[in-house]
Amino acid sequence: MTQTLLALVGRDLRLAVREGGAIGTALGFYLIVVTMLPLGLGPDLKLLSKIAPGMLWIALLLAALLSLNRMFEADDEDGSLDVLATGPAPLEAVTAAKALAHWISTGIPLTLLAPLLGLLLNLDLEAYGPLMATMLAGTPAISFLGSVGAALTLKARRGGLLVALLVLPLYIPTLIFGISAVSAVVLDTGGFKPAFLILSAISLGSLVIGPLAAAAAIRLQLQ
Amino acid sequence: MQTQSITQKLANPTRFMYLSGKILPWLAGAALLCIAYGVLLGFQTPPDYQQGETVKIMFIHVPAAWLAMMGYGLVAVSSFGLLVFRHPLADVSAKSAAPIGAAFTLLALVTGSLWGKPTWGTYWQWDARMTSVLILFFLYLGLMALRSSLEDEALAGKLSAVLALVGVIILPVIKFSVDWWNTLHQPAGVMKGALDPVFLQPLLISAIGFSLAFFALHMQAMRNEILRRRVKARQVMEVDRASHEQGAQA
Repeated sequence: MTQTLLALVGRDLRLAVREGGAIGTALGFYLIVVTMLPLGLGPDLKLLSKIAPGMLWIALLLAALLSLNRMFEADDEDGSLDVLATGPAPLEAVTAAKALAHWISTGIPLTLLAPLLGLLLNLDLEAYGPLMATMLAGTPAISFLGSVGAALTLKARRGGLLVALLVLPLYIPTLIFGISAVSAVVLDTGGFKPAFLILSAISLGSLVIGPLAAAAAIRLQLQ
Repeated sequence: MQTQSITQKLANPTRFMYLSGKILPWLAGAALLCIAYGVLLGFQTPPDYQQGETVKIMFIHVPAAWLAMMGYGLVAVSSFGLLVFRHPLADVSAKSAAPIGAAFTLLALVTGSLWGKPTWGTYWQWDARMTSVLILFFLYLGLMALRSSLEDEALAGKLSAVLALVGVIILPVIKFSVDWWNTLHQPAGVMKGALDPVFLQPLLISAIGFSLAFFALHMQAMRNEILRRRVKARQVMEVDRASHEQGAQA
């Protein structure tokens, strides 16, 4: 079964790279949204460095959201989702593998781009490490909770917009603790560790809830 | 002979319609009386030494906030009943409870905001309790949006149930948010005897009245939903019959 799942993750990653557009669009979106901010707020470097952690996090959430609704849709269209559902691996493991592939192909590239965008927003030098750390710890929650939204809207009309409405409320705790961990370093108030630990706990919890709920939703729709 | 539990007996929609038709007028009447009495008592309370007259908002705000959470609890329990026990009325119950719960959540947010302006000096503060109740409101909206976006009603019900069960995590977060993060909103004091009996009495009567009103609204909404489904089933049958007749003639 492990082999099946590894093959599935590999297939999704190859698709993400070769199909083109998926990773590039998310990165481009992230870049352009962050570039728009100083244009809208005015180039006040002090203000920008104060709001930089929040802006980088919010833009990352939105960029990751873009690619969510394709997580199961393409497989549903060409029928491979039926094959996966009847295959040797349980559907819960399949959804977990697909969420993992989404994290590797979206969460990690966005996290790697974030410090570069931090330069544009005049982020404090000492905040780069914590920012990357919180994003690496928090982005799994985005992919795994997002898989629930993607699975629920598989057959829905206007699926893309609906995913945002369903999933963003679930992202709020991740956002709050991700930003408060970075802000604790930027504003030097202490309290990085508790916020970071809660953020990791949210991610670990979503690793359990996400695949279970996503598999339940897909099973209902394939019947 | 095997005895049936109440939930099993109610699984028959016709029996539910009969029973709820009997109960509903009494439930609605009791709710009206309780709320009226609670309002009357509320207006007779003396002004609070700190909050002044604004303390009266509590008689609406606190029950509304309780029911906002209870409403989501009802949606979640119904969803569980649908997915696990396949109870035929569970989906009707979950569907009917969501808009009512959302309305009470909005009521709690609005009254809290109106109370916050004179007391805290601001309509809105991003503290833990308010933010988590706002998330609850968004969850309600998401549930309703998901349901309305699917053509197949049975599937829509089941998928909403999955989402409702995922969202259940918000309930303990709301409940303990005032204890975990010591931000602006004060911890609950009703059960700990922090409230003077002068204020406690109208609050409890108002809470009972609001709860009765919630159940009366929920019951009526369930009746409406059952009737709507019957009408739809009839229409489908009628269309089927007509198309068969046309087929026979041709």
